[in-house]
Amino acid sequence: MEDTKYKNGDALDFIMNMSSVPSKLPENLELLRTRVLCNNDAPQHTDTIQYSGAYAALGVDNSLRLDNFCKNFKVEVKKLTDEIIEFDMIGIDPALANAFRRILIADVPTMAIERVYIANNTSLIQDEVLAHRLGLVPINADPRLFEYPENAGDEKNEKNTIVFKLHVRCPNKIGQPRITVKSGELKWLPNGSELLGENRKPNAGSQTSFSCSQDSIPQFSDNPPRPQYSDIILAKLGAGQEIELEVHAVKGIGKTHAKWSPVATAWYRMLPEVVLLKDVEDELAEELKNKCPQNVFDIEDFGSGKRRATVKNPRDCTLCRECIRGGKDWEDRVALRRVKDHFIFTIESTGALPPEALFTEAVKILEEKCERVITELS
Amino acid sequence: MEHGSFSDQSKSTFSLVDEDHTFANSVRFTLNQDPRVTFVGYSIPHPSDNRVNIRVQTTGDPAREVLKDGCQELMLMCQHVRSTFDKAVSDFKIKAAKTKTVDEDSDDDMDSE
Ligand code: SF4
Repeated sequence: MEDTKYKNGDALDFIMNMSSVPSKLPENLELLRTRVLCNNDAPQHTDTIQYSGAYAALGVDNSLRLDNFCKNFKVEVKKLTDEIIEFDMIGIDPALANAFRRILIADVPTMAIERVYIANNTSLIQDEVLAHRLGLVPINADPRLFEYPENAGDEKNEKNTIVFKLHVRCPNKIGQPRITVKSGELKWLPNGSELLGENRKPNAGSQTSFSCSQDSIPQFSDNPPRPQYSDIILAKLGAGQEIELEVHAVKGIGKTHAKWSPVATAWYRMLPEVVLLKDVEDELAEELKNKCPQNVFDIEDFGSGKRRATVKNPRDCTLCRECIRGGKDWEDRVALRRVKDHFIFTIESTGALPPEALFTEAVKILEEKCERVITELS
Repeated sequence: MEHGSFSDQSKSTFSLVDEDHTFANSVRFTLNQDPRVTFVGYSIPHPSDNRVNIRVQTTGDPAREVLKDGCQELMLMCQHVRSTFDKAVSDFKIKAAKTKTVDEDSDDDMDSE
């Protein structure tokens, strides 16, 4: 098995190395294909070359071969906490990286408060403003356990609605200080709404019609639905003021309203590449090191009092271009570039799902989109 | 929905509802890399209209099939991205757990000695 694999690889290598099949671009074109040149006035060659025949005249095939992609694609996780993941995605086109970013922000579902039933609100904050503030509170509940409300034809059942209640009263005493209502006051009602419905049907006594308690869902036994943070300020109450309300959280996506976005934000940047084109020595090296606010450069001593600048951590470069300001001389010494297919991707989760699960969900959603179009076309 | 001619199936415009740049730009990327495609592009006729038009012209194959292949390709790429990512994350977690237990172990050693 292993052997045949090798043989096939060899055969392919042999064909690719034949003189009539130039598989590589000349160095200068390769540079323009894979790097953005960040010049003093403006970045250059920012496009990615996508067209399969772009280099046909040179006899180089620019078409995408899946096995090629699989061979070159790499992921390296740099940092992973409960809230943030930072990873490098190497060997992918911006079209796809950007699709993942867009999906993370606008297409991955979460649960968020959609309806607020206010029984009493004598606080200073108006009903509608309070409702809006409630909507933006991130809810810690796995959206994969719920359905979209449209699926149930507007019926609010245990599969699509999470109900919370909030009831706070500030005692009416002289000298009573103001109290702060925080998101931790939202109490989960696993049996559904306790308010009476408007059109009272015989068996639907409340706003929701739960056929069973959400308590019984195994995932909730040790991790009940709750606001992700219990210290978000919702309102302040003076003596004698009271808020009593009930909220319904439903599943939705960020495209409809930003409150459903599962990420605080998701972004990527291309890997910076800083190259010294000439040796930069002694005072100039000192000057270069001091120019950079990000401490990208370092100075290397190589005996007999000679010093030379080196590039220590190009990853920290923000591309402020300070190092190439100060005349043509500097532009000739330092080249700033970005690697077109190396993305430093960061995802900050709001808490419903861990950040690594969010990315997996996002990729799955793009797959579903493809599948949908394929079935539509067949 | 497909808009094209019956006599020449190699050129068509596909009008997809409920899609946007996310999907259209990705599929434009995969189609651009397909040697059978001579032209591919997309447009969103109106921002408040929830649809995108994808134009595909090929060297002769039916545009519909080529577009389907493009979607298929995109899907396979996604699957590869997902498996690579999952593997990278689990590797990272194992590594993190290891360094943690190594730390704890050395602590234990200190205690026992
Ligand atoms: S562009 Fe700015 S951050 Fe980057 S190396 Fe130059 S001075 Fe430093």
